[in-house]
Amino acid sequence: MENALEVEGLTVRFGETEVFRDLSFHVAKGSSFGIIGPNGAGKTVLFKTLLGALPHTGSFRWAKDSRLGYVPQKLDIERDLPITGRELLAAKGGVSRAARGEVERVLGSVGLGAEVAGRTIGSLSGGQFQRLLVAFALVGKPNVLLFDEPTAGVDEPGQEGLHDTIQKIQAEQQLTLLLISHDISVIYRSVQQVLCLGRHRPVVGPPEECLTPQALAELYGAPVRFHVHDHAEPRP
Amino acid sequence: MQSLDPRALGLALAMAVAAGLVGSFAVMRRMTLAADAMSHVALPGIGLALIFKLQPVVGGVAMLLLGTLLIWALERGTRLSTETIVGVVFSAALAAGSLLASGEELIDALFGGAGKLAPWESAAGLAVAAAIVAFVLLEKDRLIVSLVSPDIARTAGIDVARLDLLFLAAFSLTVALGLRYLGVLLMGSLIIIPGATAKRLARSLHGMLQISVALAVGATALGFVAAALLHRETGPLVILCSASFFFLSLPFRRTA
Repeated sequence: MENALEVEGLTVRFGETEVFRDLSFHVAKGSSFGIIGPNGAGKTVLFKTLLGALPHTGSFRWAKDSRLGYVPQKLDIERDLPITGRELLAAKGGVSRAARGEVERVLGSVGLGAEVAGRTIGSLSGGQFQRLLVAFALVGKPNVLLFDEPTAGVDEPGQEGLHDTIQKIQAEQQLTLLLISHDISVIYRSVQQVLCLGRHRPVVGPPEECLTPQALAELYGAPVRFHVHDHAEPRP
Repeated sequence: MQSLDPRALGLALAMAVAAGLVGSFAVMRRMTLAADAMSHVALPGIGLALIFKLQPVVGGVAMLLLGTLLIWALERGTRLSTETIVGVVFSAALAAGSLLASGEELIDALFGGAGKLAPWESAAGLAVAAAIVAFVLLEKDRLIVSLVSPDIARTAGIDVARLDLLFLAAFSLTVALGLRYLGVLLMGSLIIIPGATAKRLARSLHGMLQISVALAVGATALGFVAAALLHRETGPLVILCSASFFFLSLPFRRTA
């Protein structure tokens, strides 16, 4: 299968501090790729590097036709601004020259109604706001999605629903998904390959090989429990 | 003491439209404090222009644009916040400027002063105001996306550094437009106060831009009329009107 992303010997340093070194992996087109690791392991830094925002050594290469959609972990925007969800999406649509009606299409695919989209972003619940961010990433028809903790700040039932939505969009539109999550069970059931970033040498492989209790204890420096949901669909 | 000069009023209203638009984005970008201090950088330019017997506004504009490049470069080079950089650089500019200009000239530069407007000044001012308005309206979508997250903006193909520089330049030029009436101390306020008031009242970005422009234009028009009636300087009256709108807006707050 052709690759959406190829990373070779990628190293990022902030001054004297090495965030990660000699990272090599590839992500097949249309597949889901998970990234896990303890706080400070460099997951978000890896995303920012892949977006071209940070200096690095080594190389990475996106497939030529890549269009990236990104949901960052933290936003710079203040939530109390008088901007409606629809205005945010329309602005992204304007920048990416989206077709007419695309805003309504993405609102539909993340399950946000017209009434919610017309409200100011400060009046949305945590779950609605995260759905809006996913919609924001989807405007402009990306074929690669980079999601950094897309369910942060959402209650547990809401997280399940949002992850199901993301998986459904990814499968329907054959998108390549790179997903950072603290939720090992989500990673276990939704990705084909996982990158474990930690204190030791990074490991890449299928979740059933990489996410053993022993490997996780080594990665996090403490035993980690996670629950594989019974209704998880078998991976292709 | 002044009478109502239609040409001056026309230019001031065009400046107010630009100030309302630029101010809305400056408030959303959390440049409130920085914006005020940034206008001070014009002062050493005005001082130098007076020494070399040039038009004060030319010196002010030149120094503002130089200052814009300086903060932009420092921001990128040092990763300090805009507030910190502007705070340091522009307090220094104010100090240097007050050494270079003195007496009556300094008061005029600080608070704005009267003086007949030459036709070229009026034409150049209108052209600059039109360019600023066009920039904000044409780049509105890019400004919003980079406001949400510079990293998302990058994925959408936006050159964030270039956009930041252009916005700072638009801001500086707006300050330059108001130097004559409001002076370096007050012009920052005309940009920021309508935007801050509109942020409290509006229920959408569209609404915020409209309210901000309406408040800036309203305060400028009222200030001009009051100056003619009371035989006082225009600048302080414009700012007082603008600040009154802000205080009047305090009991009101959007609900959705």
